[in-house]
Amino acid sequence: MSDFPSYNFAYLDEQTKRMIRRSILKAIATPGYQVPFASREMPMPYGWGTGGVQVTAAILGRDDVLKVIDQGADDTTNAVSIRKFFEKTSGVRTTTSTPEASIIQTRHRIPEAPLREGQVLVYQVPIPEPLRFLEPRETETRRMHALEDYGVMHVKLYEDISRHGHIATSYAYPVKVAGRYVMDPSPTPKFDNPKMNDCPALQLFGAGREKRIYAVPPYTSVISLDFEDHPFERTKFDNVCALCGSTNTFLDEVVMNDEGARMYVCSDTDYCEQHRGDRKETGA
Amino acid sequence: MSGPLLRARGLTKMFGARTGCVDVDLDLHESEVLAIVGESGSGKSTLLGLLSTQLEKTAGSLTYRRKDGVAVDLSSLSEMERRLLLRTEWGFVQQDARMGLRMNVSAGGNVGERLMAVGWRNYAAIRTESQDWLARVEIAADRMDDMPGAFSGGMRQRLQIARNMVTRPRLVFMDEPTGGLDVSVQARLLDLLRSLVAEGGLSVILVTHDLAVARLLSHRIAVMRQGRIVELGLADQVLEDPQHSYTQLLVSSVLQA
Repeated sequence: MSDFPSYNFAYLDEQTKRMIRRSILKAIATPGYQVPFASREMPMPYGWGTGGVQVTAAILGRDDVLKVIDQGADDTTNAVSIRKFFEKTSGVRTTTSTPEASIIQTRHRIPEAPLREGQVLVYQVPIPEPLRFLEPRETETRRMHALEDYGVMHVKLYEDISRHGHIATSYAYPVKVAGRYVMDPSPTPKFDNPKMNDCPALQLFGAGREKRIYAVPPYTSVISLDFEDHPFERTKFDNVCALCGSTNTFLDEVVMNDEGARMYVCSDTDYCEQHRGDRKETGA
Repeated sequence: MSGPLLRARGLTKMFGARTGCVDVDLDLHESEVLAIVGESGSGKSTLLGLLSTQLEKTAGSLTYRRKDGVAVDLSSLSEMERRLLLRTEWGFVQQDARMGLRMNVSAGGNVGERLMAVGWRNYAAIRTESQDWLARVEIAADRMDDMPGAFSGGMRQRLQIARNMVTRPRLVFMDEPTGGLDVSVQARLLDLLRSLVAEGGLSVILVTHDLAVARLLSHRIAVMRQGRIVELGLADQVLEDPQHSYTQLLVSSVLQA
């Protein structure tokens, strides 16, 4: 804080935080519904998590412990810079440990370690509107949500099957929340979709450029859309993590050299490190 | 089988001080094809928009007898009920097929959309039904996964008809369905429309400026001029023995090939 004495706690002024909190409360009361909010200019470009950062700033308290991940990793540019941003502007404790954190801001992943009650998962969302692919008009998509007019959502999945023989959508896979609103789970891989269902933690979604906030309260049903004869399937990997040996995690493919050698590692760095520790201890 | 399918009384649409259509009384019965003819700007499309609830009326009443036999005031329907009606019991064929189709979705997806919208969730069943309808409008099965952009104008129009017919509507609105097609393609499309009407219980309201199309397809013809229906009668009667001076002018203006 001493470096930037002129900043308010967590960068945003209190009036702005109140405005964002009102939108968050409304979003929690109507699971999956996109609540408009007066998104502010943030000291980072759109697409770098301005929505998530504003949500985090609005809910952050002095006792919170913050974790920031980008594609599951704690040590990539986006994650490091947002973590540093909040260290400087709020002085809260930060961590890379999933169980230790009270607020986790994420870009495109849900941690592998199960979340618990009291935790908040904040997603950075680029395009919040799941109907946008088929309907470019915002006035019309809002009306479709209001009327539960969701037939076109299945057209997208139909097109997938007719073209690829299976539902090829592997991220931003549309879900229905609490049996009412169809929601874009942000570009998380569909591997993570089942984790959103009945999750004990609160899930908040912020889209800065599109000026929308939406939420999934704890223990809410989140069902992935599918067909009877082409049911939703979680992505499966044929490989194991080369570092920790996990078989049930989301893996990143890393190209090792010019010959095209590849290595598969957990995308969740914290989980991978914990798991490696376990293995060493049990192996020793 | 009691009363007309669609009944309009005193239907009026004003665009500010200008008139769209004025004081239209109209009954459409089951299995009937009604053509609305008239020159450009006579209010044909406005009337079609009003009857299909796509435009909001300024005055008058409009009732529709649903499949369950209940006559409903269309202006009293909620938006959700109106949309359900539009995609189950009704169809709308646009003059420009690009307006009535999703151009970024395959032919099969275009036909299947209405089925998915009314709750079909079995991919194989949707596909079989779509394929069946594509065959009926003479679109080959191997074109099913092609985009409508790769289709000719006549094929797009047939695709649009299949997309509308797949939920077996009782009432289809058509706005110049043969507009912009060359004569041989037009003839095949007319054949298709005639067979669909003849097959089963379909009612059609057809807007056209082409009297030959009206004669071929319709049972009754309404002639519009300056927003009003000036003559309404059996198709042959209107075309062979026109009573109103404007209809006489219209009929005598047809070029003989």
